[in-house]
Amino acid sequence: MINRLLLPAIAVTLSMLVGCASQNSHVLAGGSQVELRSMQTRAFDTSNKELMLRTVIATLQDLGFIIDKADSDIGTVTATKLSGYQIRMTVTVRARGETQLLVRANAMYNLKAIEDPQPYQDFFNSLSKAIFLTAHDVD
Amino acid sequence: MKKAFYLCFILLFLVACSPTIPKDAFVLSPTSLEDRQLQSRKFATLDRTVLLAAGAAVLQDMGYAIDESNASLGVLTASKQADATSGAQIAGAVLVALIGGGSMPIDKEQKIRICLVVNENLSDSESSIARITFQRIVWNTQGQISRVETLKEPELYQGFFEKLSKSAFLEAHQI
Repeated sequence: MINRLLLPAIAVTLSMLVGCASQNSHVLAGGSQVELRSMQTRAFDTSNKELMLRTVIATLQDLGFIIDKADSDIGTVTATKLSGYQIRMTVTVRARGETQLLVRANAMYNLKAIEDPQPYQDFFNSLSKAIFLTAHDVD
Repeated sequence: MKKAFYLCFILLFLVACSPTIPKDAFVLSPTSLEDRQLQSRKFATLDRTVLLAAGAAVLQDMGYAIDESNASLGVLTASKQADATSGAQIAGAVLVALIGGGSMPIDKEQKIRICLVVNENLSDSESSIARITFQRIVWNTQGQISRVETLKEPELYQGFFEKLSKSAFLEAHQI
């Protein structure tokens, strides 16, 4: 009785595992998801890119991240948090017109990209507290 | 019947394999202000490049290699590999082996990462703020990562700023 159920059960779950993902499928995974991009992006009413980058760095430090890379010309900061788990994230800052800056963050939790809006919302909340500006949603 | 059901359930967990992010990962912790004070010191200079260079010298003294530096944003990140064996863990592993528990992996190597960020002091135009954070990744004797953490011991921060202060010929003040 047990064997009769056990074998199909194992077969089904194994076939699901096979369908999960091949190694190469991760190379170009994701991409052009409008929804993801909008949850990862906020606009701020300032044109001071360097101050924004410094504030991003300070916020990341407040959240327990260590800065892996920072580039003031391109406007990118990459940082890692280790706290029993690993989060690696990149934040980019670029101009949007004359008066606004677009800040985009993308993060990996251990081996998986974070695609849930809440962590990004939390990050931008922390960032707007630090820079004393409101984070606007962008389309 | 029940067994098959449970097995299937456990395997399904593996298939689903999407980990949940801790809720507080991107939220400022209640102690974040104290952490910032612990990790920061004020130096009476506006020449932040001097502070960064002094920081690089201190890190070299301690055997760190610089991984990233950006003077215009005031960022310096360095790391070093070091031994991570501890007497207590070896004793524990010996004890486990003695009572027949087989060989237990113990911590073997660690990578220590340190990040120094120098910023202008927004509340005082005559000084700069230096802030450091330490992280550690520990590998065990089987080559697996056994721990990833941020170091919070105050004496580490105190010790680093004492060295930085000597190297920059400037006094480090609490913020």
